Amino acid sequence: MAKNIRVIPRLDIKGPNLVKGIHLEGLRVLGKPEDFARYYYENGADELVYMDIVASLYNRNSLHDIIARTAREIFIPLTVGGGIRTIDDMRGILRAGADRVALNTMAIKNPDIISQASRTFGSSTIVISIEAIKQPDGRYLAYTDCGREYTGVEVGEWAKAVERLGAGEIFLTSVDRDGTGLGYDTDLIAMVSSRISIPVIAYGGAGKLEDVAVAVRAGADAVSISSMFHYDFVENSQISKEHFQEEGNIEYRTSGKKFTKVVLANIAQVKNYMLQEGINCRHDFDFRGARLM
Amino acid sequence: MGKQVAVIDYGMSNLFSVARACEHVGLTPVITHKPKDLLKADAAILPGVGAFGEAMRCLQEYDLVGPIKDFIAQKKPFMGICLGMQLLMQHSEEFGDHQGLDIFKGNVMRFPPADQDGKKIKVPQMGWNSIFPRNDKKVWTSKLLEGTAVGEYMYFVHSFYVRADNEQDILSITDYEGVKYCSSIGRDNVWAFQFHPERSAGKGMLIYNNFSKLIHNSKEPLL
Repeated sequence: MAKNIRVIPRLDIKGPNLVKGIHLEGLRVLGKPEDFARYYYENGADELVYMDIVASLYNRNSLHDIIARTAREIFIPLTVGGGIRTIDDMRGILRAGADRVALNTMAIKNPDIISQASRTFGSSTIVISIEAIKQPDGRYLAYTDCGREYTGVEVGEWAKAVERLGAGEIFLTSVDRDGTGLGYDTDLIAMVSSRISIPVIAYGGAGKLEDVAVAVRAGADAVSISSMFHYDFVENSQISKEHFQEEGNIEYRTSGKKFTKVVLANIAQVKNYMLQEGINCRHDFDFRGARLM
Repeated sequence: MGKQVAVIDYGMSNLFSVARACEHVGLTPVITHKPKDLLKADAAILPGVGAFGEAMRCLQEYDLVGPIKDFIAQKKPFMGICLGMQLLMQHSEEFGDHQGLDIFKGNVMRFPPADQDGKKIKVPQMGWNSIFPRNDKKVWTSKLLEGTAVGEYMYFVHSFYVRADNEQDILSITDYEGVKYCSSIGRDNVWAFQFHPERSAGKGMLIYNNFSKLIHNSKEPLL
């Protein structure tokens, strides 16, 4: 039996807020991460990913608090990335309640930290986050700091290297597609997935249900989605407009505007679609209020 | 206050999620690496994340190997999770060959790189997979799995799996890309799961709930 493909909401965090940008920039405040996390858990998310996307600018205690509050009420895996520099940083995040850590900048600067981390915490605890940008010549290069910092590292080679160094999984972001709703970059997914044996989580560009099946057929072991889920939650939840910290770009939440780049969907709709397409996923659960079929 | 469960802290585990799961089912978790705290507890859990060799080294460093064996010999409820299941075996081939705690006969193997048809197997297995009773039976042989559906999804994260020598120790079987392996093991007062019940949503919490009921209903005198 083919393995179960995971559906993973990604939550970008800036200070106390859940944010969403386009190409990882132009961040809008959407609400409190814990509210979104709880909703996704109750509605059948297979895992959650938190990315502290401006980690260096904020006090890490705030992130630890968010992790701890989340882990108190959700019983599915949580991966946390953003601004992790040392083995002690990783230990702190794992102790706060995360199950895995995602590394990007530090891993590229000092690849040895991957083997050190995987020997300390186990390979499966170490996720390498790759932010890929397609070059005019067709090559994919890895960037850091939300796609802003050029590294010159070729994505396919880097994926092979991190596997060799002991990474357990790759979180593969197409910076070009992030927040655009134009669909996953399937060339990127196929190129990376064919070169390595560790799982690949595809992220960046999901704008409609069909995009998910295309990503899986290109070789994704898991699909990560943000805009489709977040804006669906914003539109359909009872969370009040005031339910976020008054900092950052809150204009979107206060204006009543709609986000039109993606088709809104909840997790159940995505999974029902996957099952119809013959893609296995965890689906027949009945925990707190979750309805799927 | 609920009965005390020692959550064994050997310096590298995701103790928080295990501790939260315990609290959720009315147990009082005590995160500890001290042998005397372990031996005082009503039950114990050996979690979750890390590399086999490093974990055994840490258990030895904290002088926990003997106390864990004593605790189990006292017939108090003991649960291993993920790496905590693998550590209960005789030995493992993760990053070299390492001796385990030798509670169950058998060893720990790596998933092969490809299946029988030569198709690449993704390792680690990361994600949800189904558990089934052994020998195609329709019922669970363990109290801890009571109420769980046959074929229920649980959350797995592992590159190595347990091969148990004694068929009767096997509580559940899971099939990952054609490799059928022992995904939970148990005997008397010891149970261990390759998957993470504390990360398997409501269905995993049922196992914690069964563990809690069993501890609270235990007629054994507390030592």
